[in-house]
Order: sequence, then C-alpha cells, then structure tokens
Amino acid sequence: MPVSTTEELKITDGLMEFVQEWKNKPGNLIMILHRTQQEYGFVPRKIAMDLAKVLDVPLAKIYGVITFYHFFKLEKPGKNQISVCMGTACYLKGAGDLIQEIENVIGIGVNQTTDDQEFSLESVRCVGCCGLAPVLTVNGEVYGKLKKDQIAEIVAKHRGA
Amino acid sequence: MAKMIDAQINGRKITVEEGTSILKAAQMVGMKIPALCYHPDLPAWAACGICVTKIEGSPKLVRACATPIGAGQNILTHDPDIVNVRREVVELILANHPDDCLYCPRNGNCELQRLAAEFGIREQPFEKNVRSLPLDDSTPSIILDPEKCILCGRCVKVCQGMQNVWALEFIGRGDGTRIAGAGDVLLNETPCIKCGQCSAHCPVGAIYEKDDTAKVWRALQDGKKHVVAQIAPAVRVALGEAFGLEPGTIVTGKIYAALRRLGIHAIFDTNFAADLTIMEEATEFVHRFTTEGSTLPLISSCCPSWVDYLEKYFGDMIPHFSTAKSPQMMMASMVKTYYAQKQGIEPEDIFSFSIMPCTSKKYEITRDEHMYSTGQQDLDVVITTREFARMIKQAGIDFLNLPDEEPDNPLGMYSGAGTIFGVTGGVMEAALRTAYHMVTGEELGKVEFEMVRGLEGIKSAEIDIKGTKVRVAVAHQMGNVEEIMKQIREAKATGKEIPYHFVEVMACRGGCIGGGGQPYGATDERRKKRIAGIYKDDSQQTVRCSHNNPYIQTLYADFLEKPGSHKAHELLHTKYVDRPLYQK
Repeated sequence: MPVSTTEELKITDGLMEFVQEWKNKPGNLIMILHRTQQEYGFVPRKIAMDLAKVLDVPLAKIYGVITFYHFFKLEKPGKNQISVCMGTACYLKGAGDLIQEIENVIGIGVNQTTDDQEFSLESVRCVGCCGLAPVLTVNGEVYGKLKKDQIAEIVAKHRGA
Repeated sequence: MAKMIDAQINGRKITVEEGTSILKAAQMVGMKIPALCYHPDLPAWAACGICVTKIEGSPKLVRACATPIGAGQNILTHDPDIVNVRREVVELILANHPDDCLYCPRNGNCELQRLAAEFGIREQPFEKNVRSLPLDDSTPSIILDPEKCILCGRCVKVCQGMQNVWALEFIGRGDGTRIAGAGDVLLNETPCIKCGQCSAHCPVGAIYEKDDTAKVWRALQDGKKHVVAQIAPAVRVALGEAFGLEPGTIVTGKIYAALRRLGIHAIFDTNFAADLTIMEEATEFVHRFTTEGSTLPLISSCCPSWVDYLEKYFGDMIPHFSTAKSPQMMMASMVKTYYAQKQGIEPEDIFSFSIMPCTSKKYEITRDEHMYSTGQQDLDVVITTREFARMIKQAGIDFLNLPDEEPDNPLGMYSGAGTIFGVTGGVMEAALRTAYHMVTGEELGKVEFEMVRGLEGIKSAEIDIKGTKVRVAVAHQMGNVEEIMKQIREAKATGKEIPYHFVEVMACRGGCIGGGGQPYGATDERRKKRIAGIYKDDSQQTVRCSHNNPYIQTLYADFLEKPGSHKAHELLHTKYVDRPLYQK
C-alpha cells in the first residue's frame, strides 16, 4: 500500500468547508482539529501548518493543543487500531499483561505503529464495560474477559482483513 | 483616576489602587514575596505556587502574584505556615530539577538556587525524578535545556506575548510537560528570531546564551592573530551591573582598559560604526524622501532580530527595509578592509570580535553572503555582555579600580548620535540629526528629539525640517511592531497616504539596553536607568551628530568616497529575502 507522505497532503474540500463554517466562532480550534483527525486519522504536520495560515493561529498554539490532549495523534496510525483499556478494573485484571503480550506478538509498544502499517497500539482509560475486564478493542470491536493467550488469535483475525 | 482602597499588609495600613496584586502591594511596604514564575514584565499566571499568602480570616492560601488585594483585607505574607508551604514548593520543584549547579551556566545567579539557599534547604524529602530530555543547541545564539526547566512559563509568555514570535510552547501535559520549539521542532526551525528575551527572563539555566568566549581566548593565545574588539553602545551602561554598579553607570573607559589588559590589539567602538550607519541610512532616507515615487516609509534594519522577524512575518515589506548593514557589521567590514590596509595587515590575520548586549548578533555574523564582504567572514565572533563580564572575572581584572582609557583610532571615536543607537528611538534621533543637515545644509540648534524617547511601545511624531514635515514612528519590543506594519500595509493597499516616512524598530524592550545578552534582572526600573546612562553619554560628547565625527569624515575622504558610493554599497549594504516561518 503506498503511504502518502505528509508533504503531499492538502486540506480536503470537506475540511475546508468545515473550517470556513467554524472560522469565526469561539472555540473553533478544537473543533477543527477534531474534524482534521477524523479526515486523516491523525493531525499531519503539513495540515497543521496550513490550518495555522488559514486560521491565523500560530503553529505553536496548535501543537500546544494537540500534544495536551491524548486524543490527538501526530503520527499516521496503522490500519487496525488496538486500544487496551487501562481503567482501574482492567488494570487490576491484568491489562498490563495484555499490552506485554501484544508487544510480544506484533513487536510494538504503546503509541507505536508496526512497520507494515497494519497495527497501532494505544492504551485508553475506561472503555465503559468494566464487567468484561480486561478489555481491548480493535477498530471499535470489543473483546472482553481476555486471557493473554487469546491475543495472537485476535491479531491474526484482523491482519490483512 | 483609579479607585483607591485601604487594606493591610501584616497589620500595616496601606492605600493602593484597586486591582493591585498582593505581591505588588506588599512590595510597597517593603515585603518581598518570593516568586519564580512572576516577572514584572509579564502578566501573572500563578504557575509556580511559591508566592502563596494568607488573607486573615480565610482558610485558603492565595497566590500573591495573581490575586488583587481586597478592600479591608489584612494580608499575612510571611508567617511560619506560609514559609513552610513555600519551602515545600521549592523542595517539590527541586525534586524535578538536576542538582548539577556547579556545572550550570546560571551558577551563582539562578533564582531557584537563591531560593533554595534562602529557605535553607539541606535535604531532599521527595523522590528525585529528573527527566532526561535532549539539549537544543540548534540556533547560533541560545541553548534550550528543557531538563533544567521548571515550567514557570516566563519564556513562553515573553516569546508569545511581549515578542509575538511564537517560537516557544509547552508540549504535552502534566508531568510530561516540557518546553520546546513551537510545533515540537528544533528552535532554529521555528520562527525564533534569536532575541534571547527568553534567556533574559529564564529564572534558571534552562535557556541561556551560547558561550563563545573560548574562541576569543584561543585567538588571544594564538599569538599570530591581530585581535580587534568592538563594543556596542548598550554594553557601556549595563556591564557595571555585573560588578555591583548601579544600572546606567557609564563604564566605557573601564571597558577599553579591560580590553587592553586582556591583550586585545585594537579596541574600537561600535558607536563609531553607528555614526557610519547613520551616514548611509540618512543618505538613503533623504534620497528616498526627496525622490518622487520612492518606496516609503524607510524602515531601520540595525536589529538582527527585527530583520529576521520582518523576513519571516512581513516579507512584503522588504523593499521598505534600509539596505544599510548594522553598525556591528559595518565595523567588521571596515576592520578587515580600511583598517587592515592602513596597518598593512592581511585581513586573514585579523581576529575580529564584538561585545554585544544581544544574542541575535551571534546569528547576524553568518546570516547571508553579505556578511562576507571582505572576502572572508567579516566578524569572527560575538560575545554578549554577560560573557564579557565572565572573561573580565576569569582574567582577574579588578574592573572597578581600572582607570578610564581611550579607544584606538581610526575606528574608535564616536559622536553622541552613535551612542544613542543603544536605546529605543536612538537610531531615529541620530538619523534625524544628520538628515536635517543633509536636507538643509545647516546644523540643528537643539539636537534632542524628545518625542521619540522613552519606554512607550509605539512612539510617533511629526518632525519639521524647515517647513517639510517628516512623519516618524518608533517601535520596540517585537510585539508592538505589528500595529505599525498593519497601518503601512493598509495605507498601501487602499492607496491612502502613507502614515510614516521613517520607521525605527528594535526587538527588545527599551532597545538594545534591554537586550537578551545583558546582565540578568532587567525590569523597567533598570531599563530606565540604563536609558538615562545612554542619554548622559550622548550629552557628554562634544560631537553630537554623526556627520561631524572627524574620523567619519576622514574615512569617507580616504576610503569610501561618499555615503552611498559604489564602494560603500559593496561593503556597508546588504539584501533581504522572504523566509519561511518554519524550516520544517
């Protein structure tokens, strides 16, 4: 799969339309950045710079915001997003072991992406189903009451899917 | 008039303007409340937590920097509880701060170190947690060491607020917060203009000037090099502070004497080159002013941070920029051509360095090919006032007891117009003194132009040159310049009459006397004293106008022909380019 470099990226028509709609409203930056991440899956540097120009907001401010909130990603995520819940219940039920096992199976740690761009791993706070602890989600699909020997199977299911 | 309120500090009655912070009110009755994030130049933002105080009758501790004193309140500033809380805050900061004070550039003048000493901290009650973060030495001027940063935010406030540059920002959150070049790239890849105001405001050793003194020592030791020094206008009224003198004390003669004792072979004065700059810039101005259809206003270009800012933020204004180099670079050109020829020294055997109030001057010496007008790098090294003070101390020179000595000729003698280059409004005033002469052929009776003096952010005036009105504007502190540039842009876009004919800009508050390389602790109080020192130096000179400096006249007669000549253009002028805000 050809990976587009950040240099080639431009503000899409959809994003520009959104920017124009929000440009003069208070609190616009966070809304526009959310929309940006929705568009590209992350906030590409090139787009952040273009937005700085369009919005007349210093890039410093944009990076202040996108590095403050964990929600924003600065790197292109993999095709499959694995999110391991590290909320209290999951944590106590061994979510740390799940992360360790994922690292063993696909070779990346938290906030990293595999070289083949197949998987990204993140740790998140409570997913909202503590009864199923420990929990992880892959692209939003929930896997609960996990044991670490199930990890390889889950990874295999999503690889290349 | 503001409403006045009555309150008490530790039971002592005080009447202050409504809205006065507890910290400022306490100062008025002689109580110093410690603070690390607060700086009088900046809006208070209650980050460090050291300035906590009690309001009698309230269980809460309030931060004195950001809390206005209320009518009828009695503020307790230093009871044992408060002192304990403050000590604990300092201990918590120390838990995240390296302990290598002995090897720190701020050793001996660090605000955190001073507080630790004052609170008598003898042990570390908290677990040490110092993050390992890389040093950023990408700019030629300043070094950013985020590991030493205490996250007080002064640099960010200075860079984004006072200077409107936006080169620094907090990245991340919570205990992962760190200070970094905006957009999380190296500082040299950001819009940084190298003004060094971040370093001048940093309470600790997290941002500091790049130390180039070793290069000067090496050149002196070399034995084969003819070492030439120049000192900038603003250095002479601030260097004394490093030796305990009052800000504004003029120590020019002692500086010459100290340089001679360091073994410098020729001691010149950037003030002389300021006179030269005026000859070129005033000629340029008079030419543009009197030639129909010329690009006006003319904008001054002596300040390398301003040059960098304009190239990055106002590229469309480049045609307005004076092509005259800064005094530092004009002196450098003259040293390796005129002086070298006169002395029969090969330019490559000369080591030329300058002592500047400025970190940006370190950047200027290699900024483009015009800084190599002598066939090699015109100026080899720049050291700041702070570095020079260290050199004097290292050399064991008893600065305070030095006799007053004279500079060397032919590039040492200066006029009063040359010295006022060190303050906001000074370049304008110096240029007007000579422009008046160029236009009218007469000398001014009174050479002072008071309307361009002082600390107001933007000063504008209409000058009457024998019936011809010249509109001028002066801005200092980078954040103040945008308004003037917008006025000019708008007038150009709408075809209206231009608001000004001549504009002077200096990046630092108060001009070079408030430069990023000056002794620490600049506040408006100190700036005013330094400014007074500069004007005193001006009034003490027998020659007050650049064109009357006899050595300037000789330089043109013997070497440069006339202001604006072909040779002058080759050696004393430069060009500008539109630069991207971000390199990456």
